[in-house]
Amino acid sequence: MKYTSQMVAKPYFIAAIALFVGQILFGVIMGMQYVVGDFLFPEIPFNVARMVHTNLLIVWLLFGFMGAAYYMVPDEAETELHSPLLAKVMFWIFLAAGVVTILGYLLVPYATLAEITMNDLLPTMGREFLEQPTIIKIGIVVVALAFLFNIGMTILKGRKTVINLVLMIGLVGLAVFFLFAFYNPDNIVLDKMFWWFVVHLWVEGVWELILGSLLAYVLIKTTGVDREVIEKWLYVIIAMALITGLIGTGHHFFWIGTPGYWQWWGSIFSALEPIPFFMMTIFAFNMVNKRRRQHPNKAAVLWALGCSVMAFLGAGVWGFMHTLSFVNYYTHGSQITAAHGHMAFYGAYVMIVLAIISYAMPMLNGRKAANSMKAQIVEMWSFWLMTISMVFITLFLTAAGILQVYLQRMNGDASLPFMVVQDKIEIFYWMREGAGIIFLIGLIVYIASFFVGRDQPEAEMPK
Amino acid sequence: MTKVTRYPPGEIIIWLFIMAELLVFGLFFAAYAITRIDNIELFELYQQNLDTTAALYNTIALLSSSYFVIRSVIAIKADEQKNAYRWMLLAVVMGLVFIVIKTDEFAHHIDNGITLSTNTFYMFYLSLAFFHYLHVILGLVVLGVLARNMNKGMYSSKENSSVETGASYWHMVDLVWLILFPLVYVM
Repeated sequence: MKYTSQMVAKPYFIAAIALFVGQILFGVIMGMQYVVGDFLFPEIPFNVARMVHTNLLIVWLLFGFMGAAYYMVPDEAETELHSPLLAKVMFWIFLAAGVVTILGYLLVPYATLAEITMNDLLPTMGREFLEQPTIIKIGIVVVALAFLFNIGMTILKGRKTVINLVLMIGLVGLAVFFLFAFYNPDNIVLDKMFWWFVVHLWVEGVWELILGSLLAYVLIKTTGVDREVIEKWLYVIIAMALITGLIGTGHHFFWIGTPGYWQWWGSIFSALEPIPFFMMTIFAFNMVNKRRRQHPNKAAVLWALGCSVMAFLGAGVWGFMHTLSFVNYYTHGSQITAAHGHMAFYGAYVMIVLAIISYAMPMLNGRKAANSMKAQIVEMWSFWLMTISMVFITLFLTAAGILQVYLQRMNGDASLPFMVVQDKIEIFYWMREGAGIIFLIGLIVYIASFFVGRDQPEAEMPK
Repeated sequence: MTKVTRYPPGEIIIWLFIMAELLVFGLFFAAYAITRIDNIELFELYQQNLDTTAALYNTIALLSSSYFVIRSVIAIKADEQKNAYRWMLLAVVMGLVFIVIKTDEFAHHIDNGITLSTNTFYMFYLSLAFFHYLHVILGLVVLGVLARNMNKGMYSSKENSSVETGASYWHMVDLVWLILFPLVYVM
């Protein structure tokens, strides 16, 4: 680690992992509620568990992105962070806001939470994924602005690299699109449309820039391939991600009351969204094959490669499955969507954050380049446990989804009601829950990897 | 002197990009063709409203622009920086001619109250034409940067990979128009 200010990344990474654990615990609870409807009721109703599960995911990924930026930007810009103090203060504000929000969801009925936080002054609550009280949303904006200022000033005073620039564009986009969370028109069509400006344009737009930038950084560091080569790949990947991702938002506009041409625009452009992910896979493997040096941190390389493959499968292939409007007519809002959501988030964003943590954490803990071999082996075990169980979660949900669509929507007059179908596909929900528990075990192994082999020497540079 | 010819010309990454772009347009063209079969009368009726003469001028503009780009590449490979720069400028001018004519066509449609929702034909025509139009603008930015760099003497017979890369992209823009013109205006 070249710059002491990179150390501010550490609390961000630790908080991210802690919240990740919370997310998975609530995922397992919810998975159980699918099959045992009154499990933990009335303490944790399903809708609350779902809100906590999805909100925690977003918050911990944001912690991960911020930590990644605080670690990477000074290194790339070859200068100390503009203000480590500001980064530390913002960490505590963001963490407090996150914890208070989750406690609010769990301890107070949602309507009361809206009342206490004076949602009626500027109503923004009650929409999926954007459930946070308005005051918390304002807090998020403040933290994001301070973060962008800090990162921006660092980039301005230091070396300008394409990787930093792409990250900055992604982060600015993230902040700008979040502002649509404050726009809450009375017209339900417009409401839904602009809601997607946050949800879709984050995960299928600007977040892909952040992903590309972080992936490129980890690859440069671990393979030693020429920066120029990696930058050219990055340009093309982000161009394709933006072309397909921005207009691809149209695949959410099929059934919400927007004009009919969105059926075509949405179908065609989103059908091509796998392309940038496919390029990322080729890119990652190409760079590793062309590597000019061996890096002792095998685990970080594994996460980076795994991220590119799983992102392509989850976001690309599973997204494509139900993106064409005539397919989506049947599959909309079914378990196929849930299957896609799980693997896409895990592959694209969870894994890239874990890749950068894997790369940076040894240095943040005072190592030269990597953890001991023992710790890395445990970490790689966690990689396979979590990744394989996520593949199974996705497969089980896909099977449930296909059956659901068939029984509920494609059977003409013999189509069955929703709850009857849910009973018939119960077996897949049990298997998904089993896979979910193995995922949790994988996560525990992952955390264990930070504590084993600490007294052992660093893994050596392979010959 | 030995002549080094790379294949494909330019950076390999631009070819991935070109393939991806062609896939986007290819899908759009296929969707257009299939929809046209089901709505043949509607399409034929409204195709008559398009300005074929303007489109023909635009075809000439893009083809000549592509030719000038080729001349520029040949010139830079012969270390004729000045000539390369002039050819590139000419290519940019012809690209701008395309933009002016196409903008006028769009303005005409807007004046007549035509939008994406007017009917299926206009939805396809406007989508395809506008998407291509954006590509011409992007291509012109690329050619403009190349021309500026040529003027600064940044390229030579040895260092011209960026010129070939930009030229390849520009030919793709040209190629798409060569399909779009007969498919939408003429057939």
